[in-house]
Amino acid sequence: MKIVMSGIAKAFGTNQVLRDVNITLKEGEVHALMGENGAGKSTLMNILTGIHKADAGTISIDGVERTFPNPREAELNGIAFIHQELNIWPNLTLLENLYLMRPKKNRFGLIDNKAMLQEATAFCEELGIELPLTAEAGSCSVGQQQMTEILRILMLDAKVVIMDEPSAALTERETATLFKMMNKMKARGVAIVYISHRMEEVFSECDTVTVMRDGHTIVTKPISEISMDEVVRHMVGRSIDEFYPERTTVPSDVVLDVQGLQPKGFKHDISFQLRKGEILGVAGLMGAGRTEIMRAIFGVDNHNGGSITVNGKPLKCKKPEDAIKAGIAFITENRKSEGLILDFSIGSNITLPNLGDICPSHVLQKNKLESFAETLSKKLGVKTQSIHEPASSLSGGNQQKVVIAKWVGKKPSIIIMDEPTRGIDIGAKRDIYDLMNELTDDGVSIIMVSSELPEVLGMSDRVMVIQEGRVAGILNRDEATPESIMTLATGGQ
Amino acid sequence: MDSKAMQYVKKLGPLIGLIALFIIISVMNDSFLELSNLRNLLRQVSINAIIAFGMTFVILTGGIDLSVGSILALSSAIMAQLIITGTNPELAILLAAGAGLLLGGINGLVITYGRVAPFIATLATMTIYRGATLVFTDGNPISGLTQDPIFHAFGQGDIGGLPIPAITMFLAFIILWFVLSRTSLGRKTYAVGGSEKVSYIAGIKIDRVKVFVYALTGMLCGIAGAIITSRLNSAQPTAGTGYELDAIAAVVLGGTSLAGGRGHIVGTLIGALIIGTLNNGLNILDVSSFYQQVVKGIVILLAVLADRKKA
Repeated sequence: MKIVMSGIAKAFGTNQVLRDVNITLKEGEVHALMGENGAGKSTLMNILTGIHKADAGTISIDGVERTFPNPREAELNGIAFIHQELNIWPNLTLLENLYLMRPKKNRFGLIDNKAMLQEATAFCEELGIELPLTAEAGSCSVGQQQMTEILRILMLDAKVVIMDEPSAALTERETATLFKMMNKMKARGVAIVYISHRMEEVFSECDTVTVMRDGHTIVTKPISEISMDEVVRHMVGRSIDEFYPERTTVPSDVVLDVQGLQPKGFKHDISFQLRKGEILGVAGLMGAGRTEIMRAIFGVDNHNGGSITVNGKPLKCKKPEDAIKAGIAFITENRKSEGLILDFSIGSNITLPNLGDICPSHVLQKNKLESFAETLSKKLGVKTQSIHEPASSLSGGNQQKVVIAKWVGKKPSIIIMDEPTRGIDIGAKRDIYDLMNELTDDGVSIIMVSSELPEVLGMSDRVMVIQEGRVAGILNRDEATPESIMTLATGGQ
Repeated sequence: MDSKAMQYVKKLGPLIGLIALFIIISVMNDSFLELSNLRNLLRQVSINAIIAFGMTFVILTGGIDLSVGSILALSSAIMAQLIITGTNPELAILLAAGAGLLLGGINGLVITYGRVAPFIATLATMTIYRGATLVFTDGNPISGLTQDPIFHAFGQGDIGGLPIPAITMFLAFIILWFVLSRTSLGRKTYAVGGSEKVSYIAGIKIDRVKVFVYALTGMLCGIAGAIITSRLNSAQPTAGTGYELDAIAAVVLGGTSLAGGRGHIVGTLIGALIIGTLNNGLNILDVSSFYQQVVKGIVILLAVLADRKKA
C-alpha cells in the first residue's frame, strides 16, 4: 500500500498546526517522523487515520483519493495507529483484548476461546514473540501490552502501522523485541511510520526520515544520506526573534540546592543549583521527566533520598505545604485541573493559598480579601470586568495570570513554572515574560520548565537539559543554542 | 430575561418552591397556617435540619455521610445510660454532642488516613454504630430517665412561643452560616470540594478539613439525638433509622451539588423546611402515608430536574 499525503493543512481555532505538508509512505519501509514537540507530527497522523479532518490537501491510497471518517474505518482499511496511550482494557486478558472487537464464535454463536487462543499463539510464534495470552492485561508490563496492541493490528492485516514513540516506555530488552517485530512486519510489506525523538533508534532502524517543524515538512531523505547533525538542524532551524524582553538581572547567591534527588521511578538522581534572581530554563523532550522532578521538589509526589536546601536551610519536603512554607511556589502545567478552581471567582482563586496571611484570625474580612485580589489582578494585568467573575470565564492567558497572581501573593523566593505559556496567545505570553523579568529584578528565582525552545533560549540565564530522567547537561546562556540543547535532549553526541 | 436575573431565580428556586408549597397547602386546608401547627412544623423540621447542616459541609467537600442516623442513636443511648447512672442531665446533653463529635471524627479519620471512599466508610460505620447501639442497649429502649425541667425543656419546651429545638436549629444555622461564609475554614471546605488537587498544591491541609466536616456532622447528630432523647424521655435503639436520606434530600433540594464545591447551608435550611412542610401538610390533608412517600420522592426528583434545566 502506498500513501501519498499532499498539501495537508489544519488549524485548531486560530492556531495553524499544519501548513502544506507532504509525505509519502511506501510498502515495506520504516519511515521516521521527527520534530520538536508541537511540530505537528501527531496531528498529521491523526488526519491520516481519521481522528481529525484536514482543512486542505489530499490523501491518496494506491492512487485513489480518500479519507476516513473515524479511526475504526481506517483500521478496517489496513491503517492503524498505535498511540502512546495504549488502547488496552486492563481488566481483560491479553487474549480478550486481541479479540474484543471481533470475537471468534463457534457454531452455537458462543465465544470460542479455544480457537482464538490457537490462532493467537500461532501468530505469536510466527512473529517470534512470547506473550502470556491468558493473563490480565493490567498485570502485564507496558511492553507486553504494546506487543498485544501491535499483534491485534497485524491480525487485522494492517498495511500501514503508525507508532507514536513506541520505545518511550519500554526496557532495552523489550525495545529489541519491538525492533524484531518491526523487521518481520517490514518483510511482510507493511509500511511503518515511526515517530521518535531518539536519534540512535531512528538511524539504526529506519529507512527514511522526514523532519517536521512548525507545521511544515522540512526535509525527507533516505537515512543513509543524512547525518544526525543535519536532522537536529532541521528540527530547530529558526532564529529567536526579538520577541523576548532583555534579561537584566544578575544572579547572585545560591537559593536552591538540590543534591542527589531521586524522584519516584527514576533510575538516576538529580542535582542542580538555582541562584537568586536567576531564571533556570529546564529543557528536554516530552516524557524526559522534567515535570516529575519539579513535582518531587514541591512535594506533590514522593522521592527517594537526596537533599533539598532552600536559602541555606534543609527542606524536608513531604507535602506542598512544607515547600510553600520554605518559600517555594509551583505553577503546574495543568492550569485547569491543578492551578484553578474553575467554579471559584477570580478573587477567591487568588486568595486561596493566602487566606491565613491576609486574615490571621481565620475570620474572612471581605475588604482585605478584595483589595488583595484586586491589587494582584491589576499588577498581573488580568483582563476581566471584575474579580467576582468565575475563573472559568477567562481566556487561557488570563487564567494563567490568575494562577501566577495567587502565588505571587505568597511572596515566594522561588517560583517553579511548568510550561508557563502553553496554549496562550502571543500578547499574554509577552506579559508573562515581562512579569518574570520583574520578579527576578525583585530577587525572586524562577525555574521554568518549557518545551518551547525559543522560550527557553529567550528567557533563561542557564539551561538545564533533562534526558530520560537524568541531567544531561547545564548550559550557560552563551553556550545554549538550539543545536546544543537538542543534542543533549536526544542523547546524541 | 438577562443572565443576572436568571441567576437570582436559580438561587431563589428552593425558596419559591417552599412558598408555593405553603400557599397550596393552606388553600387546601386552612388549619395548616394555625400557629400551633406552624410551631409543630418547626419542631419536626429541627432534627432533620440540624443533621442536614452538617451533611451540607460533608457534601460540599465532595463526600457523603450515611452514618448520621446511627450516630444519633448511639449518642442518644450513651446519654440515656449516663443519666440513669446519675450524671447531671444537662451535662449529659453536652456529652451526647461530644460522643457524636468523636464518632464523626472516626469517620473522618477512616476516610482520610484510611483512604476509604466516604460512601463505603460511612456505610460501614453506619452498621457498626447501629450494632453498637443494639449491643449497648440490649435492643431495649432506655426510658424513664429524669424529671429534670431544663432537660425536658431542651426537647419539648418553648421560649416566647418558639419551640426550643427550633431555637437550637436557628442558633446552629447562624453559627454554621458564619463558619461557611466568613471563615477560612468555610472557604477551604468549598475549595476541597471544588478541586482536591488544586487545594493540595495550594498548601491546604485537606485531611484536616475533611476530618472537621465529619466530626462537625457527628456533633450535630449528637445534639439532634439529645433533642429526641429529651422529647421522649427515653433512648430508642432504632432511633434515627433512615435519617441520612432525609438529610441528603434536604441538602440536594437546597441546591447543593453532590459533586461538591457548590451550594450553601441557606438552601439546606429551605430544603429541610420543604421536606418538613410536605410531611406536615400531607398529614393535615389526610394523605395516606403510603402516598406521602411517593409524593416526597416526586418532589425531590422535580426539584433536581428543574435545577438541571436552568443550569
